[in-house]
Amino acid sequence: MKKIIIIDDEALARSMVTEYLQGYPGLQVVQECSDGFEGVKAIMQHQPDLIFLDIQMPKINGFEMLELIEQRPAVIFTTAFDEYAIKAFETHAVDYLLKPFSKERFDKALRKWMDQREAPSAEPTRELLEAASLTPAQSQRIVVKNGPKIKIIPVNDVQYLEAADDYVKIHTNDGYFLKNKTMSHFEQALDAQQFVRSHRSYIVNVQQITRIDPYEKDAHIAILRTGARVPVSKTGYVKLRQALGL
Amino acid sequence: MQAWVLSGLGFSWPTALIDSAVSNILLAAACVLVSNTLQYYLPQQERYWYILVLSLALSGGWLLGIKYLLPLLIADNGDYYAFLSRSWYVRFGVALLLVGCMAMISVLWYTFEEQKASARRKADAEKLRKDAELYKLRQQLQPHFLFNSLNSINALIGARPQEARKMVQQLSDFLRGTLKREEHQWIELQEELEYLQLYLDIEKVRFGNRLSTVFETEPASLPFKIPAMLLQPLVENAIKFGLYDTVGDTVIRIASTVKDGLLELTVENPYDAETSQPGKGTGFGLNSIQRRLFLLFSRQDLLTVQATGNVFTTTVKIPQQ
Repeated sequence: MKKIIIIDDEALARSMVTEYLQGYPGLQVVQECSDGFEGVKAIMQHQPDLIFLDIQMPKINGFEMLELIEQRPAVIFTTAFDEYAIKAFETHAVDYLLKPFSKERFDKALRKWMDQREAPSAEPTRELLEAASLTPAQSQRIVVKNGPKIKIIPVNDVQYLEAADDYVKIHTNDGYFLKNKTMSHFEQALDAQQFVRSHRSYIVNVQQITRIDPYEKDAHIAILRTGARVPVSKTGYVKLRQALGL
Repeated sequence: MQAWVLSGLGFSWPTALIDSAVSNILLAAACVLVSNTLQYYLPQQERYWYILVLSLALSGGWLLGIKYLLPLLIADNGDYYAFLSRSWYVRFGVALLLVGCMAMISVLWYTFEEQKASARRKADAEKLRKDAELYKLRQQLQPHFLFNSLNSINALIGARPQEARKMVQQLSDFLRGTLKREEHQWIELQEELEYLQLYLDIEKVRFGNRLSTVFETEPASLPFKIPAMLLQPLVENAIKFGLYDTVGDTVIRIASTVKDGLLELTVENPYDAETSQPGKGTGFGLNSIQRRLFLLFSRQDLLTVQATGNVFTTTVKIPQQ
């Protein structure tokens, strides 16, 4: 028996998927969720084989939810109209269903999933997420998991980002949070006017900078409002000056 | 050629050459001048006397020019000055003809150029207008709302066909209302509220118990008029942020009162103070409404927003025409 979770904020949209799934005795819907928070919990609890996922949902969208899960199940997106998402899908999707979708289209997506399961590959989902993380919502906030809790950090609350092995440390007024992403990901996703890669291992929020002091030869150091000190390399200094309009 | 004719008439070669060079260079300058003048000032139709005057003036000027220049450059050998004074009429005639021709050619050429440019401008303007219209249509149809509603109907058809039928009816009425409304139209609040109710009914089918609405309308405010396509986007905005910014139930409060002769509409929605930042401008996608109010009334103070606790309040004041 394969386990399925449906995540969509509209009850009728969920019931549509359930109804279409009735013709598949080998598949069982273990839970229906109406937002991303429930989704994360349910996925951790049930370890489903496949999820149906809406994109526009309360608090965190479908992409942000997926980012919070380490063991990602196969995903079939269900969405009404989302230009950005569609662009992302075109290159990397396992499959996506545009609402309203027919039973035939639904069956096709499931067949595709079953075929892919025989030759599994986690790559598409990862690439899809990379592409999708460039949607506007993601340049405004960062969603992180803090123990069992999910925290949404508005980008203005971010002081600076620091590389830490496979993770990025996001320093905020409430301490730091870890996210399993690369520095170049954040460099791309965040607004380049506000967030500057000041150093190979640092991205700084220019609105937080109070002054920049020289430090050893060729290097500088940025002092933030909180007193935090962020290293600035030679090339980083050029970029910072540009962003600050100096 | 002029030099050849002159030397044929018995003048020495240097005299002939200087005479023709000076007169031809000056004539060429006059032609350039007329062409340049017409490039920047094309006469209106039926004002061709302007061209005639211009040609006459330039030819006259040219004549004066050579009249003073030639005797300075060429020493008199008796016959030459006599020949000069006899040839003024011929020279003037030739010059007028040449400058006149140049003027006509310039007028024709620049008129043609201008027509081409204006045709291009017209095509560009037409394209812009069409793009704007298409954009407006797309906005009016609200694809996200439409496709999600159709998806809900699709789901209802199997389980509760009666409700599906009702929703098709509501959606049709709503879309008809959308198409009927023009941006510049003014509509009684009463009618706009009925139209809004259709929209809310559809949204309630989609979101079920999560969405509820409270109306507090002062009876005196109902006959007041408001610009079309203003209230619904306002409420749509409130619903969007109420539903997508919180995970609990969303109560939208819509109130209308009359204050100092102005109609005052208030829309309230819950929001999460921690993760949203309504402090940034008017935020919450209200910019287009702000812009419309400014275009209609030339006032920036008609839309105000307020965030207290976890309630976001949008207030719009509408002057009456």
